[in-house]
Amino acid sequence: MCGIVGLLLKKPQLREQLGQLALPMLIGMTERGPDSAGFAVFTDELPDNRRKYSLHAPGWDYDWAGFEAEFIRRFGTQAQIEVKGNHAVLVCDEPADKVRPWVRQAFPKLHVLAAGRLMDIYKDVGSPADVAGRYQFEKLAGSHLVAHTRMATESAVTPDRAHPFTAGEDFCLVHNGSLSNPYQIRRQLEPLGIAFDTDNDTEAACRYFEWRMREGDDLEAAIHKGFEELDGFYTFLMGTADELALVRDAFACKPAVVAETDDYVAISSEFRSLARLPDIKNATIFEPVPEEVYVWRA
Amino acid sequence: MAGVAQASVESGVATFDLAKQPLRELNQFLHHGLGTTKKVRVLNPDGAHNIAAGVNAPVEVEVDGHAGYYAAGMNQLATVLIRGNAGPGVAEGMTSGVVNVKGFASVSAGAAAHGGLLVIEGDASLRCGISMKGIDIVVGGSVGDFSAFMAQAGRLVVCGDAGDALGDSLYEAVIYVRGKVKSLGADAHEEPMAAADYEALAALLKRAGLKHDPKQFRRVASKRDLYHWNADANQEY
Repeated sequence: MCGIVGLLLKKPQLREQLGQLALPMLIGMTERGPDSAGFAVFTDELPDNRRKYSLHAPGWDYDWAGFEAEFIRRFGTQAQIEVKGNHAVLVCDEPADKVRPWVRQAFPKLHVLAAGRLMDIYKDVGSPADVAGRYQFEKLAGSHLVAHTRMATESAVTPDRAHPFTAGEDFCLVHNGSLSNPYQIRRQLEPLGIAFDTDNDTEAACRYFEWRMREGDDLEAAIHKGFEELDGFYTFLMGTADELALVRDAFACKPAVVAETDDYVAISSEFRSLARLPDIKNATIFEPVPEEVYVWRA
Repeated sequence: MAGVAQASVESGVATFDLAKQPLRELNQFLHHGLGTTKKVRVLNPDGAHNIAAGVNAPVEVEVDGHAGYYAAGMNQLATVLIRGNAGPGVAEGMTSGVVNVKGFASVSAGAAAHGGLLVIEGDASLRCGISMKGIDIVVGGSVGDFSAFMAQAGRLVVCGDAGDALGDSLYEAVIYVRGKVKSLGADAHEEPMAAADYEALAALLKRAGLKHDPKQFRRVASKRDLYHWNADANQEY
């Protein structure tokens, strides 16, 4: 069991309140996922030549200043680093195909959780309230976010196996359910040069969809191919630079509820995590039907 | 008992506000503290699980909002009105009484229930009436895939459409459906409506407060081929 949470704001003036509005949604899914939590927030977009990287360190006393000095020494360009405990967001001019291999080689204990121009990711073990507090979830600003509360079934309880998973740039996925053929997907993707960070089943789905999109599918087409290729139970919620997308498998064993008003689209595993949203009593509320792809644009 | 002490009771009506009181107080009151209470109102249910589960008394329960999983599960005798949507497994295992959902119901509504009446005024999701054992279910809207799967006894009335595999592996439950059926499940088929069907259906629609003409419905029941396992059938029924 896990909890999924998504919130997309329709009015730019609400963006400062994104985290504040979504915090009760995340906390409301604690019983579905008490062991880890994570969230991806889509902020203002960096210019085309800039990139940001969400990094996860093994401890809270990590030497980020040393990391920054080493970055400048290696690339000869400036970097901004915003540190929140064992996470940091690095903003720089260097592309992912240079930064990722460099981090892996020079700082093997750091994980690059995300790359792109909009998306920041924080995820860790602990209760959703603890994780949200640790990274000041309620202060998040942005157009949309994807969050998750985890009750692990398919792999160990560690920060890197918490959701959201990411692949490519500005793409993330959270999952409630379990896949029965993640290793088949891996064996299909690894010969194409796609590397995996963990043994988690959800990561296979995330990398599969991102691969399909690099092959030219739009997100909807990629999800439709997934109906054929991904076996198992799932409600997937995905975030891209300007979209939230939601899909449930043919048997719809894993729940999802959507509430929509003039101000927002809110998605959760259960209504109880939507109950504190403003104007929820007048929201249009529905359950997404199986194998239908729902996409909302920010 | 805490629930008894904290319920606000006036002229036989007790009110619980789940924004202020834990669910356990409500359910303990419903199980052990009713006394002469005729009606219990539940405010701010906000999708809580197990609201009014396991009630065994002829009390009226009114839920003023959306309920979560297993609302009115295992109900006996009570009349439970949900003025909102219901989560998975509403009225599962009910044996008697009435449960009425004004909005939509999530998956497995009325699952494995032995008796009573479940009315869902909106749509019901997948597996509505799965393994039902005597309950009557009336759905004002449509039902999702695999509804009445392995349904053993009772009636399922669908005023809208039905999804895939309606009545798969049916036993003796009967389905009345008014709209389109995407597909029938294994061993389910349409049968002519008899006078007794029209009569039974008219009575169910009346109890549910729905005004459809019974003549618009078709009857789906078991072919009973699966009652006798045939190894040569190659899994096709």
